[in-house]
Amino acid sequence: MTVTDNMATSDASIAAGNGVLGQRMLRKEDPALLTGEAIFTNDMKVPGALHLAVLRSPHAHARIASVDVSGALAIDGVHSAYSGADLADAWAGPMPCAWPVTDDMKNPTHFPLAVGKAAYVGDGVACVLATSDAIAHDALEAIDVEYEPLPAVIDLEAALSDDVIIHDDLGTNVSYTWPLLIEENEGDCQKAIDESAFVVTERYIQQRLIPMAMEPRAVVAMPQPFGGDMTLYSATQVPHILKVMTALTLGIPEHQMRVVCPAVGGGFGSKLNVYAEELLCVHLARTLGTPVRWNEDRSENAQATIHGRGQIQDIELAADENGKITGLRVRLIGDMGAYLQLVTPGVPLLGAFLYGGVYEIPKAFDFSCTSVFTTMTPTDAYRGAGRPEATYAIEHAMDALARKMDIDPLELRRRNFIPKDAFPYEAFTGLVYDSGDHDNAATVAEGLLDYGAMRARQAEQNVEGSTKRLGIGVSTYFEMCGLAPSRVLASLNYSAGGWESATVRVLPTSKIQVVTGTAPHGQGHETAWSMIAADKFGVDPADVDVLHSDTAIAPLGLDTYGSRSLPVGGVAIGMACDKVLDKARKIAAHQMEANEEDLGFAGGMFSVSGSPDKEMPLAAIAFEAFTAHNLPDGLEPNLEAQVTYDPPNFSWPFGTHMCAVEVDTETGQVDVLQYVAVDDCGNKVNPLIVDGQVHGGVIQGLAQALYEEARFDDDGNLLSSSLAEYLVPAASDVPPITLGESVTPSPTNALGVKGVGEAGTIGAAPCVMNAVVDALAGLGVPDVQMPASPLNVWNAIQQANKETSQ
Amino acid sequence: MIPAQFDYVRAESAEEAISLVGQHGDESKFIAGGHSLLPLMKLRLAQPSVLIDIGRLTDLSYIREEGDQIAIGALTRHMDVENSTLLTEHAPLLAHAAGHVGDPQVRHRGTIGGSIAHADPASDLPATTLAMGATYVAQGPNGRREIPAADFYKSFLESDLAADEMLVEIRVPKMTGAGWSFQKFNRRAQDWAIVGVAAWRSNGSSGVGLVNMGSVPILASSVSAALSGGASVSDAAEQATAESDPQSDLNASVEYRKHLAKVLTRRALEQASE
Repeated sequence: MTVTDNMATSDASIAAGNGVLGQRMLRKEDPALLTGEAIFTNDMKVPGALHLAVLRSPHAHARIASVDVSGALAIDGVHSAYSGADLADAWAGPMPCAWPVTDDMKNPTHFPLAVGKAAYVGDGVACVLATSDAIAHDALEAIDVEYEPLPAVIDLEAALSDDVIIHDDLGTNVSYTWPLLIEENEGDCQKAIDESAFVVTERYIQQRLIPMAMEPRAVVAMPQPFGGDMTLYSATQVPHILKVMTALTLGIPEHQMRVVCPAVGGGFGSKLNVYAEELLCVHLARTLGTPVRWNEDRSENAQATIHGRGQIQDIELAADENGKITGLRVRLIGDMGAYLQLVTPGVPLLGAFLYGGVYEIPKAFDFSCTSVFTTMTPTDAYRGAGRPEATYAIEHAMDALARKMDIDPLELRRRNFIPKDAFPYEAFTGLVYDSGDHDNAATVAEGLLDYGAMRARQAEQNVEGSTKRLGIGVSTYFEMCGLAPSRVLASLNYSAGGWESATVRVLPTSKIQVVTGTAPHGQGHETAWSMIAADKFGVDPADVDVLHSDTAIAPLGLDTYGSRSLPVGGVAIGMACDKVLDKARKIAAHQMEANEEDLGFAGGMFSVSGSPDKEMPLAAIAFEAFTAHNLPDGLEPNLEAQVTYDPPNFSWPFGTHMCAVEVDTETGQVDVLQYVAVDDCGNKVNPLIVDGQVHGGVIQGLAQALYEEARFDDDGNLLSSSLAEYLVPAASDVPPITLGESVTPSPTNALGVKGVGEAGTIGAAPCVMNAVVDALAGLGVPDVQMPASPLNVWNAIQQANKETSQ
Repeated sequence: MIPAQFDYVRAESAEEAISLVGQHGDESKFIAGGHSLLPLMKLRLAQPSVLIDIGRLTDLSYIREEGDQIAIGALTRHMDVENSTLLTEHAPLLAHAAGHVGDPQVRHRGTIGGSIAHADPASDLPATTLAMGATYVAQGPNGRREIPAADFYKSFLESDLAADEMLVEIRVPKMTGAGWSFQKFNRRAQDWAIVGVAAWRSNGSSGVGLVNMGSVPILASSVSAALSGGASVSDAAEQATAESDPQSDLNASVEYRKHLAKVLTRRALEQASE
């Protein structure tokens, strides 16, 4: 274990309580999920519910001349049908965007059903309610919509030109330009680029990705028979945000809105949103006084649920003769898609602070992002949200720099690492990195891959004429997660805070309830949170129940995204446990007629130091607190405490990934031979869950590098709209992954933890792409477009051959 | 993902199935394993009004020796083709190719007859049986007829089967001891081939079938002709695209597909020559 000097400020080691923390405990959630017992939204039996189906525009950009729903109404079992215009008065406000990144950001008015114009293939233009899902879908075919097609806008630079304007009233396709210029003296960045010994100038395309959660979205809106209350069941990551936004958008008094998430099958950011279908179901259920439900099919999921990534990155990286970085300039074009969804415009900003990677960067940094509308599915947060893109750019550029300098890419990185003794480290951006030991993470990875031997093998294998070339990839990262200190969010114009709430209560029989504002959708919070409480109280995790994802049961919370649940929500739980224990201690002292300071607490038992016969279990205290027959004067009955925790800093997990790939130069096929990931997320509550997060994250990053791409044709049709064309890798396509150990606790929270949900994804794409280019550099291939599909690799080799032969 | 409305009838015998299709006409479709048809129906790209389920005609599920041929019932699941000891001994190329169809779930439900009758140029078994010089047996109202594989594939997803005919048997010649290879190039294990090559060599004869190199499965006769004429494996492989007319898609351009066909044919012939 690597412990930073700052650990002294942390008052609890992860192994403090009864030894539960740090155990590889199997997940409590899994038996129900694996046996099919878990109830997902679409599994709910709702007698009398009407089924919603949405008719979607087949055109990327078209005026809606007319919508005739009469054909649908004539079908048996159809209850009603509506065009966008029919519902125009239903909305108290447009669909919400919570992140107006600049004061002059352009945000097109966006309603759950389009009125006047459709702006992407999949944009809802009409809807049907019917007695079954099948009838509703049949009825869609009977709706007659007259479109006047307009040119699609697919290319980001074409969008910038404003030749075709998508939202007429905005007068431009540019949503905003957000700069981040950090210089000691004016012109420092340009000076570094002009005067440094080495400069690399690169352009990278972050292809669009489809999050493709295993469970598509699903909604049930259930009005209460009397009083106007409304319960919205939704496959969402954000029940609390959704509750507020639904109330605002539909003009429903907030106290009458309740949001519940049944079991949720993955999100990766795609369920961090407020969607048209949620608002349609609630509005129609409320108006009709009848439950309304909607179930997304896979093709709809590909078109009408947000996409991720979608950026053009221009990066200039300057370094002195020793490879020490002297300056960095980044220009981004961000693809917003047709509309701004909940946090669409903020995604590039989340990456802006990470273009310096894990390196010492001088104040010669010039970043600017211009984001544009296109006639494609809106983009938004997707696992890592801005940070994988930033990490890719700096790490891929570091490799380009190493090639230019003809030095080993790992050696170049080592020359620039922020040294271990510099933490906490105030970076060039002003943000403070909490803790880190990059050299250690790199050394562990180096050992696991046997880096030196692999380089030797590469020299032997990549001889002229070889058709199987070996490539070695290295990438490092620092991730800004654990979203987030509320004041920092305020400085970025984000409309909400970043705190999290926890309530812990010890029931009269000493069983424990933990109420959290986090909203798990596969992460294993029930297991991890019960381990935190079990450790604090000295009980079995089986005796702790975790309540979540229902705004009536857990009214306070900011949900799950941005690797925030443990470093914000989990820490809050630990603090609430401490508060409960403080109260229990008062009762124990009173009962045993001892001073609080003389009480010890271990294994669920209070004891009095020096009086071995005097002890009292937590169970007895809990019962005393409940009966309230004999409590200290002025102390309230019951053992319960609530904590709202606003983190003082982000959490900064970091790591090094390495891999070896073999590229078949005849076919372009990339075979990942070995993958090594060293992800340091501080103390681990449950290493089994951490391993799972890293495995999944690595595979999702590897998927961007080798497999996945949302492809559109020139008319704006999504070509990869099914799982036959959108290549999510399966278990058989994934290489062996070796995880290395590095633990550097965070000094900013009592558990010493950092988030880990996005880390693997952030490290993996640049690692694999660096390996692919490393394999082919000897053939004169400067770069390969992601994903490094056989076709893209083969094309890159053909291009290099052409250039060599010229 | 919800198919349009359709009626469903289950046939208890081949004769009944054929009479049902006669009754319901063009708007009806046989369904066996359903692994080609159901996805098309869910996307509403196919909207048959009647499905005639032949999935329970277990008497059409068999693999048996018939002289110098192996006869395979059309309802035989890919899994059974893959694991047949008879095929492994006498036609290992077919058993091996069947093991590359889709994923294990698909191989447990999908049938060899369904795959061939669907006539998808991107499927593995049409091109493989074509390379092997297979004969298909169709049954119609007037009894059975044999169709050489080389005459079976007419155009994209169109075969020589009449509307009231059902594919009942696939016959492949025994190739005991022949060299063979199946090269399936794809990005994920369960995907259709971007390009696939099925090849065998024996005593101066050879057969090469190409997957996904045109609107129908392709018999690369020019490769075999070159080999018979004494060309080297690599020279013969250069002839791989002579009969093909591939399309471009997300995974491959026409040029790349042609290049792959040559590389994979060379590799297949090298392996079959070992």
